Amino acid sequence: MANKTNRGRRGALWLKRTGRLVLTVLATFLGLLIVTFMIGRIVPVDPVLAVVGDRAPQSVYDRVFLELGLDKPLWEQFWIWLKKVLAGDFGTSFLTKKPIIDDIARVFPATLELATVAIVIGTLAGIPMGVWAAVRQGRLVDQVVRVLGLVGYSAPIFWLGLLGLLVFYAKLGWVAGPGRIDIAYEYAFTPKTGLYLWDTATQGAWDAFGNALSHIILPATLLGYFSMAYISRMTRSFMLAELGQEYITTARVKGVPEWRIIWLQALRNAAVPLVTVIALSYAGLLEGSVLTETVFAWPGLGQYLTNSLQNADMNAVLGGTLVIGAIFVGLNLLSDLLYSMLDARVRRTS
Amino acid sequence: MSTREWLLSEQPASRRQARLGQGYRTWLAFRGNWLAMVGLGIVLALIVIAALADVLAPYNPVTGGDLNTQRLLPPLSPGHLLGTDDLARDILSRLIHGTRLTLMVVALVALIATPIGLLVGTTAGYFGGWVDTVLMRLTDIVLAFPRLILALAFVAALGPGIENAIIAIAITSWPPYARLARAETLTIRNSDFIAATRLQGASSLRIIWKHIVPLCMSSVIIRVTLDMAGIILTAAGVGFLGLGAQPPQPEWGAMIAGGRRFLLDQWWVATMPGLAIFVVSLGFNLLGDGLRDVLDPKGRK
Repeated sequence: MANKTNRGRRGALWLKRTGRLVLTVLATFLGLLIVTFMIGRIVPVDPVLAVVGDRAPQSVYDRVFLELGLDKPLWEQFWIWLKKVLAGDFGTSFLTKKPIIDDIARVFPATLELATVAIVIGTLAGIPMGVWAAVRQGRLVDQVVRVLGLVGYSAPIFWLGLLGLLVFYAKLGWVAGPGRIDIAYEYAFTPKTGLYLWDTATQGAWDAFGNALSHIILPATLLGYFSMAYISRMTRSFMLAELGQEYITTARVKGVPEWRIIWLQALRNAAVPLVTVIALSYAGLLEGSVLTETVFAWPGLGQYLTNSLQNADMNAVLGGTLVIGAIFVGLNLLSDLLYSMLDARVRRTS
Repeated sequence: MSTREWLLSEQPASRRQARLGQGYRTWLAFRGNWLAMVGLGIVLALIVIAALADVLAPYNPVTGGDLNTQRLLPPLSPGHLLGTDDLARDILSRLIHGTRLTLMVVALVALIATPIGLLVGTTAGYFGGWVDTVLMRLTDIVLAFPRLILALAFVAALGPGIENAIIAIAITSWPPYARLARAETLTIRNSDFIAATRLQGASSLRIIWKHIVPLCMSSVIIRVTLDMAGIILTAAGVGFLGLGAQPPQPEWGAMIAGGRRFLLDQWWVATMPGLAIFVVSLGFNLLGDGLRDVLDPKGRK
């Protein structure tokens, strides 16, 4: 009986907490939309000029003024814009003459593939390094990890990318150059998902797969290095916190082998906060991809955004910004949810 | 009694002596961290070079030499220690003059973003209630955007140029300071000395400005120092994409973009400015780490 009411109360609490979370997320998305709208309509001194340029005749100017709905009050403009955006209509790009949502759908897989390979590299390198640094705290390994992290926080990513191209592509010839794949392999497979590694592997086009891998490895390692710097530092501090706990001492006293203690017991508990760290650095890769894609001529969302920026294609810029912002918020939310889920499990078992 | 003994005295005779002594102890702790001292050295060198750029730079940073004979000279050429770029301009001189732009960006962003963050954070923390909710929601919304991308969108709307880049970076930089200032304010707000000041009839404005802001300052300053490397990297990224400083200004990020075309044959044109950005960011990171260890031991993790 008491158990039942308890469960009911916990359910109500869960509902309340989830409700608050949903409200927060909705408010954040609305804010995202308002900020994007403001950048498009309020920040430029004259949004019409931003569209037509300053040499357009008066008739064109007047027509665009009405088309943009600038004669209406601001809240009404926002409402009209909001309805269009929620229906997936970001307008048409001046550069490609296509709907922006189609452009973004076309370039997005390239960024997704790059960021995913990068986060895999960053995680696989970052976690062992962080663990090792924590175990050998203050020793040489710890210092090396610290220096690698400092370099990651201090070097411009586009500069490291250029140096990487110079050394590994031009001088040593270990990897393929800019772009996603050589023209020779472009028709060796059908890009069904747009994820070239996946497409080529599932269609058995192994030559093309090798070429795509050779293209992606340098930019992905570079991006992965930046997430590695963050992941290894966080792993180190989580592990240090775990290794100081009493259950570790107990395990040692019982004679559990040291590698089991570190890699199975301590790391499993450190993994809970690490999941959120990885989700956050995955979101951070979106930011890094803007500069990296420009350097490596990688035809993804980052390069699309850069091209639109340089050609003052404002609709495309705002569409790209909104999509990246939405993914960013989504990943933040996901990491919050994951944490509360994993954390709840931990609390129940303890 | 030597100056040192006077400074380290356990029984300071005046408020001034106590303050100076405290400062001296902080300095002694800071001096013991050699990495932090390296950082301080780099930052001081940056300031000195920026101040004396006209004297130190061997050539004019904007006008180049003879286009027929002095284009793209490699490093260690006679008269051009770091070589020349495609317009026969001395790269060292451009880097030296570029320190002014870097310093200007960092200083202006800090000067714009810090007061906004302090104002929003202390107001939200002091008043609480719906003011707090509204201001913190606003902060979260700005934080929800990736910083570089929001800055790029602002620059695209405002138009390219270093002034607009500074405004855009400042607009995207204040939220962490607001959060920090709010957290500090919440711990101070209910103390007895604030209650005493309020009983004496001080206005909210006076309490925030005279009593809360000074106490938030030290943690906010540490945070700003730690962020300066990030500000430099963001500004360099904006410059690299051609939306920051416009040619012929010797901005480091734009210089890398300019040298990109010659990367495979004349590597030094793009490499040297990147090295400068790296060294300066590293300096600010080391200095920030050192300051945090000395002034805020609890935030060490």
